[in-house]
Amino acid sequence: MYTSPHLVLPRIDNLADIDVYMANGGYQQYRKALGMTPDEVIDVVKKSGLRGRGGACFPTGLKWSFMPKGNDKPKYLAINGDESEPGSFKDRQIFESNPHQLIEGILIAGYAMGIEKAFIYIRGEYHAWVDMMQRAVDQAYAKGVVGSAMTQTFGGSYTIDIVVHKGAGAYICGEETSLMNSLEGDRAYPRYKPPFPANKGLWGMPTTINNVETIATVPPILAIGADAYAAIGAPGHTGTILFGVSGHVNKPGVYELETGTLLTDIIYNHCGGVPGNKRIKAIIPGGSSMPPLRGDEIDGVRMDEESLKPLGTHIGTAGIMVMDEDTDLVKVTLRIAHFYHHESCGQCTPCREGCGWMEKILHRIDHGDATVQDLDLLLSVAGNIEGNTICALGDAAAWPVQGFVRKFRDEFEARCKPSRSFLSLNVVHGRRATASTLVQST
Amino acid sequence: MMIEFTADELHHVEALKAKYPDSKAAIMPVLWMAQKKWGWLSEDVMQYVGSVMNLPYAHVKGVATFYTMYFKKPMGKHHVQVCTNVSCMLRGGTEIFQAVKERLGCENNSATADGTFSLEEVECMGACGGAPMIAINETFHENVTMEKVNALLDSLR
Ligand SMILES: Cc1cc2nc3c(=O)[nH]c(=O)nc-3n(C[C@H](O)[C@H](O)[C@H](O)COP(=O)(O)O)c2cc1C
Ligand code: SF4
Ligand code: FES
Repeated sequence: MYTSPHLVLPRIDNLADIDVYMANGGYQQYRKALGMTPDEVIDVVKKSGLRGRGGACFPTGLKWSFMPKGNDKPKYLAINGDESEPGSFKDRQIFESNPHQLIEGILIAGYAMGIEKAFIYIRGEYHAWVDMMQRAVDQAYAKGVVGSAMTQTFGGSYTIDIVVHKGAGAYICGEETSLMNSLEGDRAYPRYKPPFPANKGLWGMPTTINNVETIATVPPILAIGADAYAAIGAPGHTGTILFGVSGHVNKPGVYELETGTLLTDIIYNHCGGVPGNKRIKAIIPGGSSMPPLRGDEIDGVRMDEESLKPLGTHIGTAGIMVMDEDTDLVKVTLRIAHFYHHESCGQCTPCREGCGWMEKILHRIDHGDATVQDLDLLLSVAGNIEGNTICALGDAAAWPVQGFVRKFRDEFEARCKPSRSFLSLNVVHGRRATASTLVQST
Repeated sequence: MMIEFTADELHHVEALKAKYPDSKAAIMPVLWMAQKKWGWLSEDVMQYVGSVMNLPYAHVKGVATFYTMYFKKPMGKHHVQVCTNVSCMLRGGTEIFQAVKERLGCENNSATADGTFSLEEVECMGACGGAPMIAINETFHENVTMEKVNALLDSLR
């Protein structure tokens, strides 16, 4: 079933149907895993070089090895399908086209960590895709590949249950500790770390949280072997990735490609270039929280974490947003700032207040009421959010603002007045008598 | 109007509670059930959900108000959601939102006077490859144009 780069989304029709999936070798990789010890399975994932696809690129095998051994406490797996980072729409494709591979990945991950229950958390807006995933889970139960019937179907003594959980509209629920509070039925405020989820996660028990795509990548790794997988794509960030390309390209969509693919190759070959053959002004490489690249610096850029890091940005969710030469980047930055302000949970002052101030200042710039000093104020607010908050939403809000202002400062400055002139004091005084604004910009 | 789940629905509530190690976790699916049944989460509905969940009203309200998709006021029969986040904005989402707003004649996050439609400017819906997009109730419509949106709205009443 698996030939690179079609590992997560093999090109087989109706793969979402369990019979088709099984006819193509589905659920055989779990059998293979059962023939190994749990630690051997974790070693395979470690050797494959798989890194999380949820945004932070954390090595998956290493994360699994943090889980305590033994069965004295229940352990949980949470599959992160919140997918709310603007520009990201790839996990949806897995729910739609290959849900059983996600389920099989859950079986393998669960076996490797000794987990008894997995929760698939899917954002509420994905109504139809929640239903698709639920249908796949129901099919899997009916076939006896999930739940107590697993011992009969596959042998061995390991079983796992899977629950599909629907969110209700909150970006923050994608943050792993917020997701746990949401699942437990509380307001979804992120938790302080430590304790880390592997020690104290869902209901205080050891928990691993992985992205949908991460777990759906596990069956092909077992199928082709760790070494073969590690040989695919870029050495420091192996395998294939689902790139979600949107914005100003002729053929937007989800493309599964090897890591390290040239950005220009993705845009001009796979996505058919920019409409009207316009030039590219800016690109966000991995969802709206990642700092942008200028259009004139994308030549030769390879799309993997180790290649992007030196350029001051990250692969994130691999949601590539392309903006042509006519794009108003002040408006784009304002829209992004509005998003993070809207989605801040409000727990930490720097994020709650800072996101609001960034939006306000950007509004002022957009309206032509700002001065160049406001740009420095903007950067200073962003700098005071970064690193000073409970969860990484603060950084996610600060980075794009800092990135756009630094990389396109001339465009922002052109929208600002050179300086602010204040009315002279006695005029202010005179105005006070008429009870109008004390200080006005001219 | 009596605010009560039917016997079957109550059965379903118990089944939902049993899915989780702690029954409190069923609050989100139960709020979804309540919103489907009564259209929105009034104080009375939240009180009732608290009673079937054995949770204080304050907790139910706390959860319901954390999420944008639980309605805290009546919305229209057809809830029109227009995405204006970056990928959609780059392809005309903002203009579509303005045009729909004018056509429906209602403010963001509110319903038309006759209750047929309501409008919401939404954040990224995870359909950026099909931008610009709108959703009507639970259905996504991708790669829309103003003509397509108008035709869609014409077909609803
Ligand atoms: C504000 C915020 C939102 C996030 N949203 C998501 C999301 O929607 N999906 C996701 O998989 N990870 C998201 N993450 C990352 C998760 O916290 C976590 O790192 C990830 O799910 C781990 O899975 P992985 O190791 O397989 O990548 C988010 C993080 C932050 C700070
Ligand atoms: S950084 Fe923002 S979103 Fe994260 S916990 Fe603090 S206030 Fe909430
Ligand atoms: S930006 Fe509109 S669906 Fe993502």
